[in-house]
Amino acid sequence: MHSKYIISFIICLLMFTAVFAEKHTDNEATEGKEFQPVDMIMSHITDSNEWHLWTTTDEEGHEHHVSIPLPIIIWDGEFKAFLSSKIAHGHTHRGYTMVDGVLTATDGTDKATIVDLFSGLEGKYVDLSITKNTTAMFISILLLLLIFITMAKSYKKNKLKPRGIAAFLEPIVVFIREEVAIPNIGENKTDKYLPYLLTVFFFIWFNNLLGLLPTFPGGANVTGNIAVTLVLALCTMVIVNLNGNKHYWKEIFTPDVPILMYPIMIPVEIIGIFTKPFALMIRLFANITAGHIIVLSLIGMIFIFKSAFVSVGAIPMTLFVLLLELLVAALQAYIFTVLSALFIGLAVKEHH
Amino acid sequence: MDGVGLIYVGIGLVVIGVGLGIGRIGGQAMDAIARQPEASGKIQSAMLIAAGLIEGVGLFAIALGGFIK
Repeated sequence: MHSKYIISFIICLLMFTAVFAEKHTDNEATEGKEFQPVDMIMSHITDSNEWHLWTTTDEEGHEHHVSIPLPIIIWDGEFKAFLSSKIAHGHTHRGYTMVDGVLTATDGTDKATIVDLFSGLEGKYVDLSITKNTTAMFISILLLLLIFITMAKSYKKNKLKPRGIAAFLEPIVVFIREEVAIPNIGENKTDKYLPYLLTVFFFIWFNNLLGLLPTFPGGANVTGNIAVTLVLALCTMVIVNLNGNKHYWKEIFTPDVPILMYPIMIPVEIIGIFTKPFALMIRLFANITAGHIIVLSLIGMIFIFKSAFVSVGAIPMTLFVLLLELLVAALQAYIFTVLSALFIGLAVKEHH
Repeated sequence: MDGVGLIYVGIGLVVIGVGLGIGRIGGQAMDAIARQPEASGKIQSAMLIAAGLIEGVGLFAIALGGFIK
């Protein structure tokens, strides 16, 4: 019954692709254009303002790009919103264009960063576009909601024995609770932090897996985007420091060392508050991005050597790395959750 | 001579240290599992946590090396 919803969701996504995908033609002939492996890899692992699907080259050497246009939302004194297909391939619309899939202002003004919020937004534009990564996040959020609401509802019907998707995911939920949360946080405080740990685990895991798909609706490098991992790590940092008990703060400001050591130990402990989430952020970002780069480099080998025979070696290697990435996808989600639980546990556990 | 090249030597040294550390964790975990196979689950998760923490140091070095040009 519920699998029907999931199948229709996927069909809807595919229809979305079919309806909105637009074709653009580059006017420059691409005859004799060298294959640029770094450009290819960077365009796959970075964010962009359109969801590129595929490129074909016709007999005259013109490239046809098929991509899903995404909404562009800009605030630069006035509010501008339009689809990225209007600025694709050199077209200019209301002072903006797209260079290699990334929004750029034609008059050379810079994109505002978070620092500019404090120093003033003069002469900069605020980019609030729904980019490829944002779209991919929406898709994974929809998928998570669909799966977990279905799972929660199925417990109403089968109170004792889980069925369907619930039977598949219940062991994972139980594993996170019994093996990750309880040993680190302690029996009586686990239930307060378990929702966060489960959310983080499944969000990272689903996004890692969707990132391994070659094309729409996956293929965006969400967990390999440092902004996404920054926010996830920031969530852990906020939870740890807001819930830290007396013992946690005592360890930082009056550590159990001779008084003479305080000028060294207190700064080290204060830096430690920030390095823990920083390590979480860098670990997830670097692992996922590195995995994508390895897969793309192995595929790129075929085009670098311009020989089909290279694929005899490259394809099995890619398959091997992709299978390894399936493990890494789960492992990185697990490590992020375990370390979050560990840091939360260190901050809230009772000491006697 | 500028010191930029030395940064990469430093990153290499960090990565060697991280490799030695994770190798040691893996090896010791193997020993521990061989000694007490029934505790392999607990040993594995402890091993992953320790390896994850050390791996963070190596990734720190690599990421910082990417920022310093």
